Amino acid sequence: MLNLVAAIGRAVLSACRTVGTVALFALEGLSHLLRPPFYGRLFLKHLAEIAYFSLPVVALTAIFTGMVLALQSYTGFARFNAEGAVANVVVLSITRELGPVIAALMAAGRIGAAFAAEIGTMRVTDQIDALTTLSTNPMKYLVAPRLIAGVIAMPFLVLVADILGVMGGWLIGTTKLGFSSAGYLKATLDFLEVMDVVSGLVKAAVFGFVITLMGSWCGYTSRGGAQGVGAATTAAVVASSILILALDYIITEMFFAA
Amino acid sequence: MSGAVPKIRLRGLVKAFGEKKVLDGVDLDIHAGRGMVILGGSGSGKSVTIKCILGLIEPDAGLIEVDGRNVLAMNRREREAVNDRIGMLFQNGALFDSLPVWENVCFKLLAQKRITRRAARDKAAEVLAQVGLAASVGDLSPAELSGGMQKRVGLARAIAAEPDIIFFDEPTTGLDPIMGAVIDGLIVDVVKRLGATAVSITHDMASARRIGDDAAMLHKGRIVWTGPAALLGNTGNAMVDQFARGEREGPIQMELRR
Repeated sequence: MLNLVAAIGRAVLSACRTVGTVALFALEGLSHLLRPPFYGRLFLKHLAEIAYFSLPVVALTAIFTGMVLALQSYTGFARFNAEGAVANVVVLSITRELGPVIAALMAAGRIGAAFAAEIGTMRVTDQIDALTTLSTNPMKYLVAPRLIAGVIAMPFLVLVADILGVMGGWLIGTTKLGFSSAGYLKATLDFLEVMDVVSGLVKAAVFGFVITLMGSWCGYTSRGGAQGVGAATTAAVVASSILILALDYIITEMFFAA
Repeated sequence: MSGAVPKIRLRGLVKAFGEKKVLDGVDLDIHAGRGMVILGGSGSGKSVTIKCILGLIEPDAGLIEVDGRNVLAMNRREREAVNDRIGMLFQNGALFDSLPVWENVCFKLLAQKRITRRAARDKAAEVLAQVGLAASVGDLSPAELSGGMQKRVGLARAIAAEPDIIFFDEPTTGLDPIMGAVIDGLIVDVVKRLGATAVSITHDMASARRIGDDAAMLHKGRIVWTGPAALLGNTGNAMVDQFARGEREGPIQMELRR
């Protein structure tokens, strides 16, 4: 029994230590955004990497999510003769929840993993030590530009996901479910409120920070060659995904709790 | 020479990783303009010693002086100023995969905005020529280079900012004997041309004799001998002579894990 308590205690302490370490890592990364030199070229590179090169996967996911949502909500609402609410449900679900969450999960798989693998490889091949010997702070060079790029790029991706998700619903609504194009779009726009989109964009910025932070941290702290880099990559995706879902709930509470 | 302030002075340097004490009171003087070779078996603490000097690892106790100033008591800015005058050639090159060779070579100059990108290309060609590489190599990626070429590019990167202290971590490891001799020749040439102080760690005796003026033997975390590198093999110290001759029998016994 005592062994069990000790094991739980060790796990809790370890979790607290990890949270503290990540928080300090994040603070140090952010502090470099305020102090020169700034690496604008790297920031633009990471911005393109996140915003532009993630666009196809996010776009495809958003379209199919909107299509499925329209189909499923139509099937459900038909039982209560409420088919007319399909456009409302699609736009609300996409802008508030599915757009930010789906885009962020896709970015976590693509960007979080890539950052962890790249920085992890740099760690195990002494490239991070080399940066220090070349009078370059690794946190400033590797982490800070990624963090700010994530915060700026994700809202853009989510905005695209919102539009394409709604269009996916519109496509199914007009071609399969018998809605008129003008009627579907009017219902969508009438029901949509600014706060629905804003809350999604705030979530996106937070998720962008989390994805780039976890990718950078897992890579930066990786050890032990190829296996360590592999483990760091997996950890980055898993931790980002869990944090995205947990923070999604917390931000939703903050915006919409009665 | 004994009256002059050493370029680098180590006193009582101690570093442990958990239970394992890697450095157990290292005392060493390295004089300006000289080539010091630190010898020792695998795991004897050679790399940890130079990482402590470079500030990549914080020692648990002891003193590290560069030009008579204790670097461990310096603030970050002062420490960075000291590191600005240091170059380092890593064992595996540690070239940045994401950058072409010319940017690797001029990384420090570009990072400190001491040179424009256009001028950096010309500077890289000039430094590459000093290590026997054509200017066209500058456009290649590090992944396209052979092991010997990577060492040369690493050497070019270490000397591009014209440091007055250069560290060489196992400069000939992984190279064939002829290429090893070529790299050693380049090291001797560039160190002499810059008038720099060179600190090399190696267990390649031929290399140690070629690049070293002085030598020190590290064993079980302590310096057990210092003297002229030319004497290696005939020092009168049983440990050093066994190591230099690569003899199985002697005071140094390999610790095998059973």
